[in-house]
Formats: sequence, C-alpha cells, structure tokens
Amino acid sequence: MPAPSPSPHDAPSLSERPGDDLITESAGELRFDAVTADVTADEARGELQVRKLGIGFWIAVTWLVVLFALAILAPWLPFVQDPNRIDALALRQPAAWSIGGSWNGSLSSTFHLFGADDLGRDIFSRVIWGARVSLFIGVVTVALGFLIGGTIGLTAGYFRGRFEKIFMSAMDIMLAFPALILALAIVTFLSEPGSQDASLGTITLTLTILSIPALSRITRASTLTFSQREFVQAARTLGARNGRIIVREILPNVIPPMVSFSLIAIAIVIVAEGGLSFLGLSVSAPTATWGNMINEGRTALEIAPHIALIPCAVMFLTLLAFNYAGDQLRRRFDVQEARL
Amino acid sequence: MAGSGTAHLRGDALLTVEHLLVEFPVGRTGLKVNAVTDLSLDIADGETVGLVGESGCGKSTTGRAIMQFPKPTGGTVVFDGTDLTTLNGEELRRTRPAMQMIFQDPISSLNPRRTIGDIVSEPLNIWKRGTPAERAARVDEVLDAVGLDPAVAKAKRPHEFSGGQCQRIAIARALVLEPKVIICDEPVSALDVSVQAQILNLLEDMKERYQLTMVFIAHDLAVVKNVSDRVAVMYLGKMCEVASPDSLYAAPAHPYTRALLTSIPVPDPTRRPDPEGRLQGEIPSPVMPPSGCRFRTRCPLAQERCAQEEPQMRRVADDHYVACHFPLVDAAAEPAAATV
Amino acid sequence: MARKKVVLTSPSAAGDKIDGPLLEVEDIRTHFLTPSGTVRAVDGVTFTLDRGKTLGVVGESGSGKTILSRSVMGLLPTRNVLRRGAIRYQGHSISDYSQQQMRSIWGTEMGMIFQDPMTSLNPVMKIGKQITESLRYHLDMDKGEARETAIALLTSVGIPEPGQRIDEYPHQLSGGMRQRVMIAVSLACGPRLLFADEPTTALDVTVQAQILDLLQAQQVERHMAIILVTHDLGVVAGRTDDIAVMYAGKVVEKAPTAVLFSEMRMPYTEALLNSIPKLEDPSHTRLQIIGGRPPDLINPPTGCNFSPRCPYAQPKCFVDEPPLRDAESPGHQFACWYPVGTPEGRQALEDNVAAVFPAALLATETGLDQPVGA
Repeated sequence: MPAPSPSPHDAPSLSERPGDDLITESAGELRFDAVTADVTADEARGELQVRKLGIGFWIAVTWLVVLFALAILAPWLPFVQDPNRIDALALRQPAAWSIGGSWNGSLSSTFHLFGADDLGRDIFSRVIWGARVSLFIGVVTVALGFLIGGTIGLTAGYFRGRFEKIFMSAMDIMLAFPALILALAIVTFLSEPGSQDASLGTITLTLTILSIPALSRITRASTLTFSQREFVQAARTLGARNGRIIVREILPNVIPPMVSFSLIAIAIVIVAEGGLSFLGLSVSAPTATWGNMINEGRTALEIAPHIALIPCAVMFLTLLAFNYAGDQLRRRFDVQEARL
Repeated sequence: MAGSGTAHLRGDALLTVEHLLVEFPVGRTGLKVNAVTDLSLDIADGETVGLVGESGCGKSTTGRAIMQFPKPTGGTVVFDGTDLTTLNGEELRRTRPAMQMIFQDPISSLNPRRTIGDIVSEPLNIWKRGTPAERAARVDEVLDAVGLDPAVAKAKRPHEFSGGQCQRIAIARALVLEPKVIICDEPVSALDVSVQAQILNLLEDMKERYQLTMVFIAHDLAVVKNVSDRVAVMYLGKMCEVASPDSLYAAPAHPYTRALLTSIPVPDPTRRPDPEGRLQGEIPSPVMPPSGCRFRTRCPLAQERCAQEEPQMRRVADDHYVACHFPLVDAAAEPAAATV
Repeated sequence: MARKKVVLTSPSAAGDKIDGPLLEVEDIRTHFLTPSGTVRAVDGVTFTLDRGKTLGVVGESGSGKTILSRSVMGLLPTRNVLRRGAIRYQGHSISDYSQQQMRSIWGTEMGMIFQDPMTSLNPVMKIGKQITESLRYHLDMDKGEARETAIALLTSVGIPEPGQRIDEYPHQLSGGMRQRVMIAVSLACGPRLLFADEPTTALDVTVQAQILDLLQAQQVERHMAIILVTHDLGVVAGRTDDIAVMYAGKVVEKAPTAVLFSEMRMPYTEALLNSIPKLEDPSHTRLQIIGGRPPDLINPPTGCNFSPRCPYAQPKCFVDEPPLRDAESPGHQFACWYPVGTPEGRQALEDNVAAVFPAALLATETGLDQPVGA
C-alpha cells in the first residue's frame, strides 16, 4: 500500500511577514502546509480542477506588464515628467478626473493626470518612478533571495542530516529576530558611516537578507516533497550521482512552484519596502517611492487625499496583481502534479 | 516464528544474503526498530524468489537493504562474488546497472516533469552507453517490449498514462541497462485487479526474454505463488519458511504460513471461510519483539521452548525449510504431523 | 430504548418481522457535473436487499461501486451532483429526503464503514467519545449509560481491555483495532443496514480475515443487512448471499453467490475471475488479461460499455446496449448479447478468434475459453 501522502493545504494569506513558518514537523512525520503541498491521486481524480488560468490572471499580468514597461522606460517616455520638478501653479492639484483637476495640456508639463502633491510635483510621474524603485527592489530581492536561500533550502532538503540541522537552525535564528529591528540594524550597518540615507542597494541587500530564511524554508519544503518521491530513489538505483539527481530530477520539479511563489514573494517585499519607506527608513526623500509618497501625503489627507491615496491605490493594485497571478500559477502547477 | 540459520542456503547462488540485520533508531529514545534480524536468503541465477509477509515483516526493508539503500546494519550481501556491504560509495554505484528495482507506486516512481523518452533513456545517459542513435534505438526496443508504442509514448509525460502503463514504463527503465537482477517491491499492489494480471504476465515475459533473476516482494500470497520459483515467508523481521511454491502452499510446515493461507479469501463460494483456527491478535511491535520465536505470541502450537530458544532453519522435506520447533511437516519426525 | 427523531420505524417494525425487502433501489443515477463534462459515475443501478442478507458489490476502480453506496446513503456532495432514481427503505421512499431527514436515519438505520481506518476516525477525539456521541444523539442516553454501552460494544468487536481503550485516541491503536472501533461506532445505534466500503483493503490478510469474521458474527447477532463493496472476488465469494458486478457505473451481472461463480454469463465477470491469480493454480500460470482500459465515464461508448475490451463482442454490442435480463437460475440477471456458456457466446468467441480480434486472443491465450467452474 502506498504510504499516506502529506495532506494538501492552501497557502495561508500572504499579508503575513516573510518568514512565517509554513511547515510543521511532528513525530518524525512531515506535514506540509507549504505552497507546493502534494495532492493525492485520489483527490486529483475527484476534484474539479480548473485547467485554465482564467481571465483574472491575464488582467493581472497585463497590469504588471504595463507597470513594468512604464517603470523601465520611464526616463524616455514623453508623458512621464521629472518626478522632482516643481510646478508652482499646481500645488495639490487634484487628479484630472476630479473636481478641480483639468484635462488640458495632455503632454505638456502642466498636465497632471493624477494631480500634484504638496510641492507641486506630478504624482503620475512620481508613481511611475516610485514603481521603478519598488519593482527593482522587489524583483532583485526575490531573485537574490531565491538564489541564496533557495540553494540553502535545496541542499538542506536533499541531503538532510547535519547540514540541514545547521542551516535550518541558522535560518530559525534569523527568523526569530523581529524583522523591523533586524532591518534597521542591517541598514545601519551597511550604510556609509555618518550618513542618514539608505541607498537603493542597501535596502535591497537588507531585504534580501531578511528574505533568505523564509525562501530557504519554502524551497526546503518543496525539495522534501520531491526527494521523498520514488523517482528520486529510482534515480539513485540507476546509479545517478547526487549532483545529477538534484539538477535533473529535483530542480525541474521545484522550480515551477518556486516561480509561482516568487510573484507572491515580490508582493511581500514591496509591502515591506513600502512599510520601511513609510517610516522613512528606505531610500530617502526626495526620491519618489510609494512609501515616501504615502507618508508625505499623510499631512494633507483631509484637504488633498489624492496625494496619499493614489500611490496607495497603485500599490494595492500592483500587489493584488502579483498575488493573484502568483496564486493562479501556483494552483495550475499543483493541478499538473495532482493529475499524476 | 523467529528463524535464524542458513540451512536453506544452497551455495553457488547469484545473490546471497547472510545474517542480514537492519535496525532503525526510534527518535531519541534509544530504542531501535528491529526491522530485519538475522535473515539469510539466496537467489539462484534465473530464479524468481518471492518474499512474502504481512506489513511490518521487513520484506520491503530486506529488498532495500539488498540494494544497500541504506547499507544494512549488519550481515553480508554477496552479489556475483562481491560483497556489496564492503563497497564504498563509488564502487557501489558502479554495481548499480546490474541490479535494478521496481517500486510500488508506479506514478510516483516517474519524474512528472520529464518525458517518457527522457526517463527511459536516463540510465543510458548516466552511464554513457552507446551513441545517441544507439541509445534511442534501445529505448524504442524496451518500450516496445513492455507493450507501449515508442513513437507515441516517448514525447508524453507520466501524468498522461494510467497506473498500469506507468508501471510498464518503470519496468522498461529498469530493463534498459540489461540488469541481471530485478527487485520488485510490491509492483502490483497499487494496481487494479485486471491491470495486475497484465503486469504479472509482462514480468514473466521480460524475465524470459532478458534472462533475468527476480526478487518479488509482495503481501499477496496468490500473486507471489504465480510468479515465483521459490517462496520465502517472513514474519516480524525473520524468515519463517522457504520452499517451492507448490510445496509451500500444499503442505505448509510453519504455523504462520498455514494461518496465512487459511486467511486468504478464495474466489470459490463452496469454500466458506472457517473462523476456527483463525490467527488472533496482532503483530507485536518490532521495537520489542517477543523473545525466542517471534511468532509464539500468536501461535496455536506455542510451548515453553518457543519462548526460550529461537528456532533455526532446518530442512523438513525436499527443498522445504522451516524455522520452527514444532513444524507441521517434519520429515525427520514422524509423519502425520500435519494433523495438528 | 427510546429513539429520538426517527421517522421510519413504525411500532410493528420494532420487532424482527418486516414484510418486503429492507432496501429497494431503482434505477439510481449519479452524475457529477465537471468542467470537462458530466461524469456518469452511477448510471442506472437497481437491486433489492432483504433484512439479514449480504449483498456484495464488486468492481474495479471507476466502476462506481463506492459512489453507489454513498448515493444510497445520501452522502454525496451537494453541489454539481445530479442524483435520480428511487430508493425505498422499509417501504418508505427516502430519495427525496433532505440532509436533516437523512441525519435521523444515519446511525440508527444505516451505518457505514469506510476503507481507511486511519482517516475515518476523528484523530483528536477519544474513541469512546466517538461512540458515545452517536449514542447520546440518537438514543438519548445519559453519559453513564452511554459509556457502559460503548464498553460493551468495544468488547463485542473484540478489542481487549475496552475499559482502558475507551479513553485512548485513534493514533494509539493499530490499523486492525481502528477498523474494529469504526465498526463499533457504526453499529452503536443498531442499524439495520450496514455499508462496508472496502473495509479490509487497507489491512493485512490475517487481520482482514478477523474483521470479516467479526462483521459476519455481528450480522448474525443483529440480523443486519450488509452491502459489502469490494474489488476482491475472494472476499465476496465466501461471505455474501448475492453479488452484483459493476462496470462503468452499471450493474452488469447480479446473482446469488454460488450461481455467479458456477454459471457466470457476463464476459467481464469471467475475465475478472480469470485475471486473479489463484492459490490452487501452479506457479507461472498465465493469467488472462483484459486488454484496454475502463471507459471514459463522460463519454461512454455507445452500446455495451464493455464491448471495446470484450472477447465475445460482436457488431451488435457496439450499437445496442444490452438490458439486464433473467437467466435460468432464479435471482440471476445479466446484461449481455453473447453470454458466456451459451451457444451464441461460444460462437461469438470462435468468430472473434478467427478474425484475430485482440481481446479474444487475450482471452484464449490462456486456454480458458470454457466456462469457469464447469
């Protein structure tokens, strides 16, 4: 009789901080609540699996593609202005579609699609430039985090034994630190001595370090699922060396769910960065970041709410898009495995 | 029955297991699971030996120990003149092509992300046998031998196949290196009845075509009888009885074997099951096995001697060995012992 | 014992004698609506069951046997499921009962045992509580009485030291013990009908025999009817009064047990029996295999469902679906145009072999083209 498989469990909601433990171990038997939990063949046969990614997925992807395009091409796009340019005539001008806003001028520097902020800077452009920061930090952090954390998790999950104990304990220790304090400490440590400002690189590095434990655990969980499957044992029986097994058997199975999870991870990092910059701890003003903008818009919330709310809305939609797309992809990959 | 001893070994066999010992520690309690204790078995060239027993008897553990997955705690496994237990990692790896394994869960034993062509040619790629063209031809040959159309199957992935077909693919993969020995670990337990028959017939065909030697591990006595030339019955990590199938099933010498045989539901309505002589109780824990003969706690014939002295394997009839103090068949003692 | 919320038990039926069958099932159909299409899991099943009798339902995976038992018990999911057909229990129609009404029947009239004892007992509830729970709900017992009854039940299912075990959790018991506990739970309120859905598949052979003995003993003691669902022809051979063989959602042959084995008519039944290795056969006996795969339940083939794999199939089989018709022996019904053991059947097989029809060759490879048991 086949041994009972780990029971599937949908991933918990992703507004939790990175590093929440998604795995429980009890009495020598492993149960996964991880994103890539295996589904028993019976359930696969019984469940009504939706194969298509759905229209929602494509809407989310479109939003992200447009945002990335705008962010990458920002310096060259004619309708994206200098984010720090002050239009003295447009202080706190509301968005073009609200009362007090105006549609005239389209490409001229007096046109503010999303209005202008306290200092007369064009919010639309600042949002786009803020997107550059957020997306850069998000993507690079997750990429580096998976590279390092993923390698750690993969090796720990495959080789187990002492290596796993040492590295996972190290990860646990890191996770035990309150994230915010750890972030502060790392930023301070990495910044130029005496300087109050954190650079883009510093923030990225900080968030990468913070994300490594969580990503390593997730990769380890996924690796464990597959290492225990019989095709890995079969590869050993055939005489494959460990390296070959990892590359040809484990990685092709671990990478797809990790890719789908990385979208969700990017969203988490963007939130983290947004939080940090809201507190003034990220890339500092006057650089436009979403967190900065929201923070600066706080004071004018009653009079000119759009200053804070528009970057809020854009951030919200972006995070939603990442989460939704990541979730749909994750489900699709689970389905493919479930059909086995 | 807790049998030790090597009286049933014939010498000059292709694969000889002697005094095999496999123990697993139980967590940190200091106790150990005596999965296999002092087991000896030999498999002659071209023979199929069936290893049968209920759950917890250690048959699968024995199969894996023979393959050195992991190295057994004690004992020797002599394959083609070499003791596998003395080999180090790389030497052991080089023996792999000669001894292959087929697993219980056919779908789990195939990598879901690879195509069938990839999976079946992997062994050839690991050992770099032949030119790419020769490898492709060999893959086609084995796929055809197991009853799959190579042109259609090679590009597909495991989830597009049924359980029975996946098992065929697994068999093809095991055959591609021209092994001498194939260890089948419950290869049909996870399959439907009609598919079981297909795979059993296939294994017989393959054995003949490729001159294989097989170890067939199963819990279903009828299945084991169907494929084996010799049957070994295990209980709680020990060998009970070894005999040719016809002799074993017609005149079982060991009380456990007889109890097993009477418990099997037979598809013949004229033979009503007989609750008398039903084996009571359950298998004792392998962590604290009974002293002396391990079967004595459930044996209807148990006497004091059974608690104090462990029975050794001895010959009780032509090519029929048993480890029991009071066997049902005993050529050395008076006949008509079967009336017990 | 007063029964709470019971709908069906009329005063006269509190005793043993009930006129008419205990359960009548007529043309049950259970279809699941999936994005890929409608899965016709059970497609027209009819049978009756008398009190104290055992019906074996035999089939492989995908035959619909498990769905059938859940359909009759009313344990289907509520969404995307179509269930049609009449179910009469003790003469009362229960097919249109709501969940609430069914709840009064579950436990008191109908019980169910599932396949995997590891997952069918609540892991965080002591086993005593799992038994007393239903006793207190259905039979209005107080705590003390319920506990005593539970201990008595555990004894009757053969659990040693029941006074101790009653306070243990399922994970502290072995598989066989858990199955016994599950039997105790399902029998607690004295149902008249028990569904045993592959009750021993996950157990060792020796434990399997014990459990089946236990079920039989309980059946005799309580004069209970059992529907035994399994894929194992050996299990049904010794322990059932009647057998229904299912294939692709339909009953293809139904007969009293002895008759089924000695006079089987449906080629599928014959093929199934021949594909099982038997202890009496010498080793290396070639097994008959059924070529092909079970049909797609979303788009079943026209005509007989088994025709693509049937050694006896003729053109008519692919077009017209054979109805269930009576055989010579009473109580024996089968659905086949060219049944086994009849002149038409033999002729059909010969024709197929001559025409090099693959399924026929597979059947005769073994030389078993004679009726089994003849």
